[in-house]
Amino acid sequence: MSINGAAYIAGIYEHPTRLAQDKTVAQLHAEVAKGALDDAGLTRADVDGYFCAGDAPGLGPLSMAEYLGLKLRHVDSTETGGSSYGVHVSHAAQAIAAGKCSVALITLAGRPKAEGMATGTRPFAFPPVVPDAQFETPYGPVIANMYAMCAMRHMYQFGTTSEQLAWIKVAASHHAQHNPHALRREVVTVEDVLASPLIADPLHRLDCCVITDGGGAIVVTTPEIAKSLKRPLVKVRGAGEAPKHLNGGRVDLTYTGTAVSGPIAFAEAGVTPADIKYASIYDSFTISVLLQIEDLGFCDKGAGGRFVADGNLISGVGMLPFNTDGGGLCSNHPANRGGLTKVLEAVRQLRGEAHPAVQVRNCDLALANGTGGSLGTRHGAATVILERE
Amino acid sequence: MSDQQRTIPAPVANVETKPYWDAAREGRLLLKRCIACHQLHFYPRALCPFCYGETAWEEASGNGRIYSFSITRKAAPPYAIAFVTLEEGPTIMSNIVDIPLDEVRIGQRVRVVFKPSEDGQPVPMFAPAG
Ligand SMILES: [Zn+2]
Repeated sequence: MSINGAAYIAGIYEHPTRLAQDKTVAQLHAEVAKGALDDAGLTRADVDGYFCAGDAPGLGPLSMAEYLGLKLRHVDSTETGGSSYGVHVSHAAQAIAAGKCSVALITLAGRPKAEGMATGTRPFAFPPVVPDAQFETPYGPVIANMYAMCAMRHMYQFGTTSEQLAWIKVAASHHAQHNPHALRREVVTVEDVLASPLIADPLHRLDCCVITDGGGAIVVTTPEIAKSLKRPLVKVRGAGEAPKHLNGGRVDLTYTGTAVSGPIAFAEAGVTPADIKYASIYDSFTISVLLQIEDLGFCDKGAGGRFVADGNLISGVGMLPFNTDGGGLCSNHPANRGGLTKVLEAVRQLRGEAHPAVQVRNCDLALANGTGGSLGTRHGAATVILERE
Repeated sequence: MSDQQRTIPAPVANVETKPYWDAAREGRLLLKRCIACHQLHFYPRALCPFCYGETAWEEASGNGRIYSFSITRKAAPPYAIAFVTLEEGPTIMSNIVDIPLDEVRIGQRVRVVFKPSEDGQPVPMFAPAG
C-alpha cells in the first residue's frame, strides 16, 4: 500500500506566540487545534483521529482527547522527538488510506521559554532505567555539544567550514525579516555568526535555533473531504521515517536517519530531489540542515558546505529555497521541536500563502524534513513530500 | 589543567553493567564480546545488539583515537566531550582530560584514565597517549 494520493493536508495553523507566560500547554494545544480546523473549514466534531507526541501533557492522546473534547476511533502517539510530526503526517495518511479515520488532527505545543529552559545547554536528566544513561551522563552531553561533535567531524572529514555553516543562518535570517511573528527578524551576516560566542566548538550562538513557546497543528483528511473544502489542495505524495543510533559503538556522525527516510519518501512520491521547488529542513542547528540536505540528495555527501554557501538557500537567490518563515534558527522552535512547523511552511508555499517576498514561484512540489532527539547519539528522522494539486 | 574541577555526575550501575563499573574501580576498561558472532559492542549489553547472542566481558587495551569532540564553552568550567574509537573497534562517548582544551584534536592518540565521579565511582576518560 502506498500513501501517494491517499490523503491531503486540509488545514494548518501556527500559534503566533513566542512567549506564552499566561497560557497552559494544554491550552496552546487547543488553540492550535481550533486554528487548524478553522483553516480547513472543519470542526471539532469532524475529527476522528488524533496524533500527538511527547510534548502533550499527561497520558498523551488520552489526556488531550479529553481536554480537546474529541470523540476518536484512531490515536497515535509516536514519539520520535522533533521529527514526530512528519511521522504523524505519514501515519495519518496511512490510517486514512486504511479507513481507520477520515479527519486526523495533529497538535504540538510547549512553553520552554516561559519555563526558563536552557534547552541546548542543560544536562540531560534521563533516569537510570534508560540503558545508555550511565555511559553518557558522566561526560556532560547536552544538546549543543552533541550536534557540535557532528559538525566537528564533518569539518575534519570533508573540510566544511564555520563560514559555510553560517550561510545557513544568514539565509534563514533573510527570510525571517518578512515574518512578523519571527522571534529574530534582523538580517545577519556570516561575520555576525562567526562573531557570536562559541557555545560548543565549533557551533556559535547564531548556529543554534531560538528557544520559544508556541505550537502548531495540521489537519489531514481523505481526498473526498479535502475536495469538498474551500482550501487549496495539498496532497501527500510520499513519506519516510527512520531512527538512527550509535549502533553498538559503530559510530558515524556524518549522516542522519534522513539518509534512510529521504530515499523512501522520494521513491513513494516518484520524484527526485531535482523536482523539489521548496524544502523545509529542520534547523535545530546549522549543522542539522547541512547533514539533512546531503542525506536528502540535494548534493553529495560531504559537499553540503559548498552547497549552502553564497546564499544558495535564499528564496529568489539560490537553487534550494529553504525555511522561508525563518525556521527554527530565527522564527520559532515551539516545545523544542521543529518538525511540525516545517510542514506548515511547506503547505504555505504550496498554497501560495508564504510571504510574497519569499514565495517560491510555481511551487507545486515541496519537501519537509525533520529530525528529533540528538544527531550525536540517537534520533528520529521523517521526510514528507507534498504536492499542490 | 583544564577541567579537573568539573563535577562528574555519578553513573548508576545495574545488574547488567555492574562488572563494568567494578572493573573501573580497579582501573580496567571492559568491553563485551558476543559468544555467538564474536563481535564487540558498546555500551555493554546482556544480549549482543548485532545477533542477540549471549555476551561475555573482556578487558580493552585502553588505547584509542579521538573520533570527534567539542568544547562546551557555556559550562563552568568548560570541558571536552568526545567520541573515542578504541583500538578494538567500538567508539565510545567520554571526556578528554589532562590536556589544554585548545589542544584537543580529532585523530589524536589517547589512553584511558579513570577520574572519580561525585560519589567516588571512577569513570573512564581519555588523556593524550604517551
Ligand atoms: Zn552477536
